[in-house]
Amino acid sequence: MPKLIKGVGCPYCGSSCDDIEVLVSDDETKILEVHNACIIGNNLFHHANDPTRPKLPRMRQPDGSMKEIPYAEAVDWMAKTMLNAKKPLIYGFGSTNCEGMSAVARIAEKAGAVLDNCATICHGPSFLAIFDNGYPSCTLGEAKNRADVVVFWGCNPMHAHPRHTSRYSIFPRGYFTQKGQMQRTVLCVDPRETDTAKLADHHLMLDQGHDYELFDAFRTVLKGFEIPETVAGIPREKIKEAVEIMKKAKFCMIFFGMGCTHSDGRNHNVDAAISYTRDLNEHTKCSIMAMRGHYNIAGPGQVWSWQFGFPYCIDLSKGSHAHMNPGETSSVDLAMRDEVDCFVNVGTDAGAHFPIQAVQHLKKHPFITVDPNFCMASEIADLHIPVRIAGVDEPGVVYRMDNVPIQFRAVIKGLPGVPSDEELFDMVYERMCELTNTQPIWLAAKEDRKYPQNPAVS
Amino acid sequence: MATVTLKPIKTPELIFEGYSITPDAFAGKTAQQIAGLTGHEGKIVTTIGDFFEVSGNAGETAADTDIIINGDCARVKYIGSKMTAGSVTVNGNADMYLGGWMKGGKIYVTGNVDSFCGIQMQGGEILIDGDAKNHVGCAYRGDWRGMKGGTIRIRGSAGNDIGTFMLGGTIIIEKNAFIHVAPHAEGGTVIIKGDVEGRVGGQMVKGDMYVLGKIKFMMPGYQKVGTVEKEVDGVTQTFDHYIGDLGERHPKSKGQIVYANLYLKAAA
Ligand code: SF4
Repeated sequence: MPKLIKGVGCPYCGSSCDDIEVLVSDDETKILEVHNACIIGNNLFHHANDPTRPKLPRMRQPDGSMKEIPYAEAVDWMAKTMLNAKKPLIYGFGSTNCEGMSAVARIAEKAGAVLDNCATICHGPSFLAIFDNGYPSCTLGEAKNRADVVVFWGCNPMHAHPRHTSRYSIFPRGYFTQKGQMQRTVLCVDPRETDTAKLADHHLMLDQGHDYELFDAFRTVLKGFEIPETVAGIPREKIKEAVEIMKKAKFCMIFFGMGCTHSDGRNHNVDAAISYTRDLNEHTKCSIMAMRGHYNIAGPGQVWSWQFGFPYCIDLSKGSHAHMNPGETSSVDLAMRDEVDCFVNVGTDAGAHFPIQAVQHLKKHPFITVDPNFCMASEIADLHIPVRIAGVDEPGVVYRMDNVPIQFRAVIKGLPGVPSDEELFDMVYERMCELTNTQPIWLAAKEDRKYPQNPAVS
Repeated sequence: MATVTLKPIKTPELIFEGYSITPDAFAGKTAQQIAGLTGHEGKIVTTIGDFFEVSGNAGETAADTDIIINGDCARVKYIGSKMTAGSVTVNGNADMYLGGWMKGGKIYVTGNVDSFCGIQMQGGEILIDGDAKNHVGCAYRGDWRGMKGGTIRIRGSAGNDIGTFMLGGTIIIEKNAFIHVAPHAEGGTVIIKGDVEGRVGGQMVKGDMYVLGKIKFMMPGYQKVGTVEKEVDGVTQTFDHYIGDLGERHPKSKGQIVYANLYLKAAA
């Protein structure tokens, strides 16, 4: 009898939908049907059925081919390579659970590595703005229950977060928003006519790269001053109208995406957005939220901030303290400036996402990819170590884009012999301790940790 | 005055963090002791002697120590950082954090410098003959108390984020700048003699900016209030006077709201 598992979390986009239902075969090895998910989430689950999924690590041979090797050998090679490197870079974690992120931190400390996550090429600038200016944010539940004016600034959830609009932002009927979409005014600020812009009541089609000026114009209008006739290609009247809509809102919600964080000015665009949110709170309630890309990309920010005090770009090479300064300790900058001599790609695809020059620099040194699937980063790697898929055959804690932790479950049994990220990193850490003749320090928060058994709790 | 001369003998494979290359660290030491001062290359602890040939003993104090580096330091970070007195001359380029957190003394670089030059500076002088990358005289991430004093003069151009969260001191860029001049600043003076792409004085609370060239995109939160004669860097000229950022919060002094001032050279 196939089993229907309810309340499953989708490990794909930052919406982290937790209402998915998955029908699995009675031996719990195959996914038969996926309900409620969008097409991306649906495919992600079905992908786990792929019989060609790698089950053993593969090491690059002198002739350039990849050869399967046992896990013990891969663990040993990874441990030695990271210890030998002067400054390894560990990057990724867009798509894995918090347990893995926490485990990798031990390796990073031991190896004197730089620890970075996908935020570095995505919402990292938002972190910088948050450091500078605070984060007047809320949860998606509040957005759903209260927001009657929703602004999408430089983001396109219709494509990037397909169920965001139906679960949280535009369509759902909430406590104070019983009429759903009818009750919500949607503004979209985007240089292109995206599908989200088409859905919006007002589209402010600004000149590309002038978000900062437009935020400043909004703030200036809100303070009651006159602005030039057009700002960022938008007529004064249109700007005033938009400000008026937001001011009159009962609860205004601003979602911003990569259009703000990765056009000129980056953190300053977000910084201005945060200032504007604060200004609006003098008139009504207003909140702001980063449209984080992956289902658990808020996770490393949470986990590492707790461990090291910084969410990303953490340089642990000194051994005495963590140093963070994006622009210097950010992955792409480190790669472009040849500042690292070993690269570990975990649960993401630097091969596909980094500028080609950065990848070329990284490829001069050992390149390790930890990923359940074949991807560009695994195909150019010297060592590819497959792991279980978090949220599909490995449970774990994830942080949704609003920093709400959700316990994701495993719906099928993992491939035999394939470890989870956490187990793999614990093995590597243990091997590093053996090689350096040091005692591993296990600070186990969980009593049922799988590997290795903590003598203190067993 | 005693002069210590460093000559680069090896380019680091990664980057040499030369945080010991300051008159303060050198003071009272012989050439041999200086060569033994530490730095980092990644997680490896190295010494100045691994990358430089050191000659000359330092003076008793930082104030009587001059450091001359004859050669390229494009891969040496933190030169002159946290120094309080004395001088550093680099005959070549320098990497990040040149004169960062500096409190006094002088730094002169004949070539270009990378980012974060004079970050969180409190006093002293930095003179760069070439260009600077981004974040000249800016605040460290998350710190709302940026540059407090001292002078940075870049004879070439600079990138973005000049004087972020600045509270005092002077930054002079003799050629062009890209974007974000004095964002969030609450004091200090920034002079740009060339053109700026835009975002001059965004979210700025207090302080002065002078632009002698053109601003391609003006911040909408600035309003012209008049025309004034001002002496800038020794030359008196006519400027259009703007106040702003009108969208930002502003303090009151003697019942008057204090705005940031932007002086844009008036068209001839
Ligand atoms: S919207 Fe995102 S989290 Fe939800 S089902 Fe689709 S991909 Fe998964």
